[in-house]
Amino acid sequence: MTYQLLLPQIFLFLWAILIFIIDFVRKEKKHNLAYVALLGIVITTVLVLTSQKGELFGGMFQADSFSAYFNLIFLLTGFLTIASSVEFTQRLPSNKGEYFGLILLSMVGMMFLASAGDLLTLYVSLELTTIPLFVLASYRKDEFKSTEAGLKYLILGGISSALLLFGISLIYGLTGTTFLTEVRTTLIVRFLSTGNVGPALVLGFIFMIAGFGFKLALVPFHMWVPDVYEGAPTPITAFLSVASKATGIAAFLRVFFHAFLIFQVDWVMLMAVLAALAMIIGNIIALLQTNIKRMLAYSSIAQIGYILLGVVAASSRGVSSVAFYTFVYLFANMGAFITAIAFSHKTGSDEIKDYAGLSRRSPALAAMMAVFMLSLVGIPPLAGFMGKYYLFSAAIEQRYIWLVVIAILTSVISLYYYLNVVRQMYFQTSTEESPILMGAALKTALLICVIGVLLLGIYPNIFLNFANQAAMVFHY
Amino acid sequence: MDFPILTLMIFIPFLGMILILLLKREQESAARFLAALFSFIPLVLSFILLARYDGSTSGLQFVEKYEWIPSLGITYFLGADGLSVPMLFLTALLCFVSVIYSFGDIKERVRQYFAFLLLLEVGMMGVFAALDFFLFYIFWEIVLVPMYFLIGIWGHGRKEYSAIKFFLYTLFGSLFMLVGILALYFTVEPHTLNMMVLIEKAPELARGFQLLAFVAFYIAFAVKVPIFPFHTWLPDAHVDAPTAVSVILAGILLKMGTYGFLRISYPMFPEGAIYFALPIGILALINIVYGALVCMAQKDLKKMIAYSSVSHMGYCMLGMAAITVTGISGCVFQMVSHGLITGALFLLVGVLYERAHTREISAFGGLWIKVPVYSGIMMLFCLGSLGLPGLSGFVSEFMVFVGAFPVFNVIVPLAVIGVVLTAAYFLRMIQAMFLGTFNTKWEGLTEISGREIFTVIPLAILMVGIGVYPSPLTNMIKATIENIVHLVTG
Repeated sequence: MTYQLLLPQIFLFLWAILIFIIDFVRKEKKHNLAYVALLGIVITTVLVLTSQKGELFGGMFQADSFSAYFNLIFLLTGFLTIASSVEFTQRLPSNKGEYFGLILLSMVGMMFLASAGDLLTLYVSLELTTIPLFVLASYRKDEFKSTEAGLKYLILGGISSALLLFGISLIYGLTGTTFLTEVRTTLIVRFLSTGNVGPALVLGFIFMIAGFGFKLALVPFHMWVPDVYEGAPTPITAFLSVASKATGIAAFLRVFFHAFLIFQVDWVMLMAVLAALAMIIGNIIALLQTNIKRMLAYSSIAQIGYILLGVVAASSRGVSSVAFYTFVYLFANMGAFITAIAFSHKTGSDEIKDYAGLSRRSPALAAMMAVFMLSLVGIPPLAGFMGKYYLFSAAIEQRYIWLVVIAILTSVISLYYYLNVVRQMYFQTSTEESPILMGAALKTALLICVIGVLLLGIYPNIFLNFANQAAMVFHY
Repeated sequence: MDFPILTLMIFIPFLGMILILLLKREQESAARFLAALFSFIPLVLSFILLARYDGSTSGLQFVEKYEWIPSLGITYFLGADGLSVPMLFLTALLCFVSVIYSFGDIKERVRQYFAFLLLLEVGMMGVFAALDFFLFYIFWEIVLVPMYFLIGIWGHGRKEYSAIKFFLYTLFGSLFMLVGILALYFTVEPHTLNMMVLIEKAPELARGFQLLAFVAFYIAFAVKVPIFPFHTWLPDAHVDAPTAVSVILAGILLKMGTYGFLRISYPMFPEGAIYFALPIGILALINIVYGALVCMAQKDLKKMIAYSSVSHMGYCMLGMAAITVTGISGCVFQMVSHGLITGALFLLVGVLYERAHTREISAFGGLWIKVPVYSGIMMLFCLGSLGLPGLSGFVSEFMVFVGAFPVFNVIVPLAVIGVVLTAAYFLRMIQAMFLGTFNTKWEGLTEISGREIFTVIPLAILMVGIGVYPSPLTNMIKATIENIVHLVTG
């Protein structure tokens, strides 16, 4: 049965429903459903790793090395998010179980999206991804900022979907199909017969880029990010900053590299400018932040700029470097957020200045946070360096020296604010001496991130091979 | 040669770092002992390296090469030649000396301190042994991290400012090198990061490319040396760093810059080296004279010695810019000599500061009467630094001038002014601090301790040794330098 290809998605979907049912029927709400959700993710990961390659529904659903790669990213991010939510959900007055069900549902959407071979599949799975996130962002209903975050995210998410849909409709109008492969061939035939593709296609590109731009938090579509990141519960912020962005990247690559790569002259320059803007604006505004979540929000805007270097390269090395960096970004960024979660559980604060003296209070936690920060800067031998090296190499191979120069200058800027956290932890002292205690789940999550950051920096071969295979899905 | 001596020299300090981090916070003396042990082993190994090194050829020795990240063409490739062997030895020696010196003046967060110091040694050793560009860059950058912490935590004065300034400046420079590395990687066919292959392929590179790449690498190395106008991080970092770290900064870190020029820029981009010879020569002159003039104006002893590094590294650059065998030999000789002398001077400043808690030159006077041993050692190194014949500083400066004069017959005579100025500020300092009437405020000043003498003695022996009898060192570097000059001038 070829429907086996859908097994990971179907399984995770049923598991999410199972969690809703358990939460609904059980009387004693003592036990945390987080571990049930984690078990589901582990089983799904096994299913993804053992799944076959192929396509379903005439190509609407593609199960290939690209989807497998991004599925692993989504699953790992989900795993880390849920592991770091254990304590957060225990403090919730109600709806403890639904929280995990919603995360799993969002992940199902992401996993469908990574396999999308059709514009409508893509659109529907993107909606499935984001709608649970609207709810999750406003999960702390008693807090003004959380509610604000949910509402902002909802409104801007709606606008971005509308833009994307309009872009899709333009493409459909031009080609009469939503299958990416057919879109590609129809456009080529038209281009060969008439010599140009007309302004409508470029307009379609622009609307789609704007639509994806909201998901990716590209400048100038980034205004929602700081408020939503600050207001949402921190585990959800972490999930948004990694999984949601990875979704945007996967979607963008699927559409633009599958269908529009031949017309790259019409959109690559736009992406290059957006990359430069993201790196410059993200890094400069991050300098001014005093709240760790807002700082990481702007840093994530800047990080997307670096990822776009690989997109702009529009080559197999480029896609491979984007895929690789997504993993790199996952470990370092999740690690930073998990540290922030652990810290705020104990202290109730997200202010960077309150990290003062952390190296005395909790040497291990401080050391790990320092590793994450240095990895985000791109200091060897950590993963961030390996990732940036790969991205830069892809851009330089295609002679985008100017873009790489912007990238390195902004990296130097980023050093300042990332190290500001390190400075607080190591150079400042505080009267507070009590260590930051963490639960087992949180510790495990943190450990996975540190190992990931070190492994991808020192011996990345396995991940590089996966990323290379994922990149081979497209024809360059 | 199956014994992986270079790998051991690099990673034994790393092992020491791990062991120290496994200790408990209270086990301070254990941390000191482990740090001493794990910096002593590389020193022993470096003696083996010196003994086994065959100076008659310019080829690589002690080569180790393994696949590392094949999909990106990255290998683990180590080797040593006449350029790296003296630097590896200097690194091992100064690190060991720094560790021993730090027993006295580091009393807080001892475990962390020695862990960072050993990590620093890992990075520096790696820089001087790595021959794969990626590996080289990794070690180059690793150095920044422990240095940032060492200055920021255990430093004095505006330590946080100095620490971040150091990090920002050098990262700025090295990222240009990264772009240069990648551009080079994609220009050469087949793509490679192997420095030796890249040097062989250098004649195939277009002239325009060579000039651009030379500039990119120049920025990276010039920040490190430092060459005017990139030098402003140096006085801040040197002055605010704890004593042992100043020793390593001046003694080894600056040499990473000149080493980079000789290992990478000159052989790989000979067109650039020739085209920019005059500007580099002029900037070297600025370093020499400007550095010396600024020294004249200093009231703080440590700051004066910090600026004297700017001046002395100018000699290195002058000798290098000339691209003659004598000039570049003088440059390498100066790298070693400056490492020994300035390292010792920083140690001695530390000795005084620990006792007097001030570094103001004018606050002292007639110290010779009270602390004759200390004063004697200090004066010996000052004389070495100002280039007294018979000490190593003289040999290197002499070689630089002789080597550079045929090429820069205007710059060299002007640079000699720097020598006069150097003599002036050192003599003025000696006069103010050690001679004249004794300032009774320092009645309670104690003499330099046995441990402190132990740290400077090896440096003094070497300074006098290669000053009187330079040929062991010159023979060691000769073949390699002849090869470099041959590669550049063809």
